[in-house]
Amino acid sequence: MADEITLEVARYRPGVDAEPVMQQYQVPLREHWAILDGLTYIKDQLDGTLSFRWSCRMGICGSCGMTVNGEPQLSCATFLTDYAPGPIRVEPLRNFPVIRDLVVDIDDFMTKLPTVKPWVIRDVDEPVEAGEYLQTPEELDDYKQFSMCINCMLCYSACPVYSLDQDFIGPAAIALAQRYNLDSRDEGAEERRAVLTSPEGIWACTFVGECSAACPKGVDPAGAIQRYKLTAATQSIKELLMPRIKR
Amino acid sequence: MNHRRSPEPFLWMLFSSGGMVAALMVPILLFLFGIAIPLDLWSPAPAHLLAVLRNPITRLVLFGLCVLALFHWAHRFRYTLYDGLQLKRYAGPIVVLCYGGAVVGSVIAAALLATV
Amino acid sequence: MSVYQRPVKLFWWLEKRSYVIFVLRELSSVFIAWFVVFLLLLVNAIGDGAASYQTFVDWSGQWWVVAINVIAFLFVLLHTVTWFALAPRAMVIKMRGTRVPAQGVVAAHYLAWFVLSAVVAWVVLR
Repeated sequence: MADEITLEVARYRPGVDAEPVMQQYQVPLREHWAILDGLTYIKDQLDGTLSFRWSCRMGICGSCGMTVNGEPQLSCATFLTDYAPGPIRVEPLRNFPVIRDLVVDIDDFMTKLPTVKPWVIRDVDEPVEAGEYLQTPEELDDYKQFSMCINCMLCYSACPVYSLDQDFIGPAAIALAQRYNLDSRDEGAEERRAVLTSPEGIWACTFVGECSAACPKGVDPAGAIQRYKLTAATQSIKELLMPRIKR
Repeated sequence: MNHRRSPEPFLWMLFSSGGMVAALMVPILLFLFGIAIPLDLWSPAPAHLLAVLRNPITRLVLFGLCVLALFHWAHRFRYTLYDGLQLKRYAGPIVVLCYGGAVVGSVIAAALLATV
Repeated sequence: MSVYQRPVKLFWWLEKRSYVIFVLRELSSVFIAWFVVFLLLLVNAIGDGAASYQTFVDWSGQWWVVAINVIAFLFVLLHTVTWFALAPRAMVIKMRGTRVPAQGVVAAHYLAWFVLSAVVAWVVLR
């Protein structure tokens, strides 16, 4: 195994660069190093001006999403040796405005997420003294997959529809709405409906499926979206044919 | 709740049903009538085909297939133009072209299958 | 502060293999529509009698029509295969409390396809 590997890292300095410029760095090729370790080495030893987000280093916080050799990846979950002999191209997460270097503006997602009301909604809240809302293991399985989302936004980076139209609510937001819609303790599906069924909601999705391919936690947002399309369409047809029935 | 009723759920349902019906029925029909028979692998008698065609079940099935397949194309092609060629700004004319085309095709199908 | 927005190319889908396959899958709908046109021409020809049907068969036997239909057939197959592969993601079916595995849903689709095709072939060719 060679000693070193080249990282080609996108640098963008607002007010200085018109567009990102690639800068090459040689980092040690250690067997257990992730891209993130390479970037940390650069910042510590080679170039302290490099900016990037990270936190847990173990694929659970969702902070370190980047574009590695054209693919959306968590930089803590992709290893240097996977790309040897390199060079490895590291760019900011696509489809988001670049603030600086590898740091992107995620305000769009942060504004969209609350609109799908990602919390348990009850018609009437039980008093605390009544105890927990009980749930069987089968009821947990119904939504558990969608609860694994770490809000890393690799899915938004992979989604061609989002790349063309930032108004699209996006895969993670819909998957998180489904996480609650399918939760037996939740009674708020009707409250989420308007946002999800707006033209920039589920109907803009064309089931490309790239979101699920990019997801590091196996959430399958594409599946969540298609299931909700069927739910919403069936509900609309029922309402058309039987308008008097209250949901 | 009805003040924002959009046609999207119904159009998607047509797309979805059309996709299923097309997936199940178009391959065999296209193989038989588009490849095998023109290349003389088989030659069913015209009288037999006419008899099959005139059967009310055949008429109904083929009409359903045509309508659903056309609306499947309309919905999918609309979004292909939006995303593939970035023509979403022409949404108005595209919607008319696609769903209008499907309606016209369905009317022609109805007329042909009713009078065959 | 000036943020940078990477522009999206016109043919963005040529950049990645999975995007190319996606667009080909979407274009298969054009060949489904072509099939409907071809079918209606066929129905018209059959309805006008044996002579007009024979003219239609002769026309559809020309090399360029066969070529179009062979290409159409490949795209229609792409449609069927991709549709069946994606079906389990959209429908979650439960039998006796447990979820039917994806392969089961896909297999059921292929079985239905095989049976339906056999029935159609029998009706047409008997």
